[in-house]
Amino acid sequence: MHMADALLSPAVGGTMWAATAVAVAHCSRRLRIEADDRRVPLMGVLGAFLFTAQMINFSIPGTGSSGHLGGGLLLAILLGPHAAFLVVASVLIVQALFFADGGLLALGCNIFNLGFLPAFLGYPLYRRLAGRAPGTARATTAAITAAVVSLQLGAVAVVLQTVASGISALPLGTFALFMLPVHLAIGIVEGLVTAAVVVFVRATRPDILPAATPSNRSVTGVAVSFATVALALGGIGAWFASANPDGLEWSIARITGADELDSPLTTLHARSAELQRRVAVLPDYGFRQDEGRDASPEGAPAASNLHRPGDRLGTSLAGVLGGAGALFLALLVGFVLRRKAQPT
Amino acid sequence: MTRVAGLLDFRRLDLLATGDSSLHRLDPRAKVIVTLVFIICAMSFDRYAVAPLIPFFVFPIAVITAARLPIAFLLHKVALVLPVALLIALPNPWFDREVLLQLGALQISGGWISLLSIMLRSLLAAAAAIALVAVTGFPAICGALERMGMPRPLAVQLLFLYRYMTVLGEEAVRMTVAREQRGGGRPLSIRLHGALVGRLLLRTWDRAERIYLAMCARGFTGDFRGGPPSRLGRLEIAYVAGWSGLLLLLRTHDVTQWLGAAALGVLR
Amino acid sequence: MSHHLVEARGLSHIYEDGTVALKDVSFRITHGESVAIIGANGAGKSTLLMHLNGHLSPTSGEVRIGDTPLTKETLPAIRRTVGLVFQDPDDQLFMPTVYDDVAFGPRNQGLPEAEVDRRVHEALERVGVWHVRAKPPYRLSGGEKKRAAIAGVLAMAPDILVMDEPTSGLDPYARRQLIGLLGEFRHTRIFTSHDLDMVLDLCPRTIVLFEGAIMADGPTRDIFADEALLSRCQLERPLALQACPVCGHKHD
Repeated sequence: MHMADALLSPAVGGTMWAATAVAVAHCSRRLRIEADDRRVPLMGVLGAFLFTAQMINFSIPGTGSSGHLGGGLLLAILLGPHAAFLVVASVLIVQALFFADGGLLALGCNIFNLGFLPAFLGYPLYRRLAGRAPGTARATTAAITAAVVSLQLGAVAVVLQTVASGISALPLGTFALFMLPVHLAIGIVEGLVTAAVVVFVRATRPDILPAATPSNRSVTGVAVSFATVALALGGIGAWFASANPDGLEWSIARITGADELDSPLTTLHARSAELQRRVAVLPDYGFRQDEGRDASPEGAPAASNLHRPGDRLGTSLAGVLGGAGALFLALLVGFVLRRKAQPT
Repeated sequence: MTRVAGLLDFRRLDLLATGDSSLHRLDPRAKVIVTLVFIICAMSFDRYAVAPLIPFFVFPIAVITAARLPIAFLLHKVALVLPVALLIALPNPWFDREVLLQLGALQISGGWISLLSIMLRSLLAAAAAIALVAVTGFPAICGALERMGMPRPLAVQLLFLYRYMTVLGEEAVRMTVAREQRGGGRPLSIRLHGALVGRLLLRTWDRAERIYLAMCARGFTGDFRGGPPSRLGRLEIAYVAGWSGLLLLLRTHDVTQWLGAAALGVLR
Repeated sequence: MSHHLVEARGLSHIYEDGTVALKDVSFRITHGESVAIIGANGAGKSTLLMHLNGHLSPTSGEVRIGDTPLTKETLPAIRRTVGLVFQDPDDQLFMPTVYDDVAFGPRNQGLPEAEVDRRVHEALERVGVWHVRAKPPYRLSGGEKKRAAIAGVLAMAPDILVMDEPTSGLDPYARRQLIGLLGEFRHTRIFTSHDLDMVLDLCPRTIVLFEGAIMADGPTRDIFADEALLSRCQLERPLALQACPVCGHKHD
């Protein structure tokens, strides 16, 4: 599903834009280094192909409705993840400009959700499951699994981006409860359709399908593991973050007998705390309550909030979001440092 | 097929960009920057903002009229987003029942206000994007983005996509018309869809090979050498500064209140 | 002026899957000649063209352009000398506007922008499509696209013009215009074509290919008079030389 400008706040949109920009820069540099001239026109026309293929509908068995190819996974299988990411990005950019699909602010989200996730999380999974030259059954299973994972992650991303923006009144739980099953179904269909195309191509022109490129796996494998671990830890860890104060604050309270560290730099601390309160989308690791109702000062988590069922879900997903954000900052630092290290 | 109509709209929108107004002649970077400022300002309101959004329509309206673009066509294109906007906004009245506004006996909940806000935002976002393309043209936008930092491989990718969208679209139409005639007009099964899309993919792959040969035949070495430079002159700076100033003003001050108060003052 | 020479010596090409595309092809085309290469589909015409500007390497034999053999070092120079116009102009016009596309070649040659502009202007005027220079190729008619593609090649100032099926896909008017245009060029011209009437109009010399080998190489009129040869190579006489469908009167 596309994110829409109307439901997006510039803070969330800007963050996703930053993440997307980093990914675009990384993939562009990677392609320039690989310097495969043949790929230039190929990527271009495959973009046109994807755009066109999305205009062709198929009927979804069991329901009365029709659907169309998403294509991120298919392109990654044909071109490798870096090129596929850029191709999907280009299609989304054209759609945003000419067809007002999604929107310009939401482009960062959409390129990430529909481009980065299938290419860098879904595709390595496909490769691992399908192996080098899979038969029809194995390719189909691998494609379905990879597509489901990509789309589920994409759905989670859309939910988080929407709720974090605060324009839609849809509660996180309800939204997630709707999006996840729907995208499970869409993922299965996407996997089937992708596999159908791959099988057709393999039968007629096997030379087109590249074998697994080992060099990709080392980087994306690490990224995948990292992401999974971060998300899992963030989620589980935050879920069990109890009403008790944070670990650090708890130890400080025990040692000094005071609730909060008496900082000599109180003004600076207070100022940055105030800034954090204003800027933080998810203060107190819950979701933003109506201003004025939440009388508790920043820092000390309001014990009662964390015990409300909705907030409990909010808390763990806040941890997830925090984990994802931290991961991105880490990757960002990583890319910047790598770029500085490499002579251009 | 709505998607085919989309391709026709694309051609028309692309054609509009070849117009010759003072707005068309502005450096594309100025137009891109103002569009970004517009979207950030308009989308940064809180969910219950309705009145403050209305003055923002001045930007797309000004662009469309100054550039002498066909109003009916563009209005139609922008209005196309309304059904989807309604869909994504509908949960709001359902979940947000707290009454925020009382008009006499009528109680309006926050949900309905935010629904209206979402509809307005959708219109503004669509209008901004379409206005940008209609006065700038896609290749110019890509050039502007590249000069503003977008990596070259993506710019090249976008231009190729733009170039071949219609070519492949027509190929696909030919292939699907033949198929649909035999299938009685129903959407395809997944297997048939796979074969059709697969055939389109193979033709595309072969075409890519031929294009590559054509590129090599004229000396392609992997790089696209530049074209004529463009400059940001005084007109561009005035355009950016003027609009940015106005948009920030509209963002930070509720102009409709002023206008309403002024109107009331006049009436008294 | 030896740099206009196009020569094949014992050229053979076997594809990876074993298909024998060209068998010991030898010919010599000199400065200013206008030669047609005709043959049934699969006779090897396209393969031969691919050799003339170095896209393919011979399995055996060689191609010499201007008495220079085709090697990796000489390739860029040869691609400047031999201008290849492809059958489908959509494959050749890959830039967002006609101007950019015609400028592609000169820009790749590293020419300064002022010179590029001069060449583009000249080429587009020459073929008569200067007025569409700012349009994206998808908005051109078939004839305009063909001519724009030719302009893109002309802008590189080639000595030898090679065209694959120049009149294919054109309506009668555009076709007539193109034939007129091609007749005015003074380059060495090599065409492959199924349009035998165009061959009759434009090419005094014809080479006939069949199953990868040259079956005939000589004056066009003589070849079209040899009905046995033509039918052996799965060809026919051009319509202009066939019997009149109304009165049955036969031409020479």
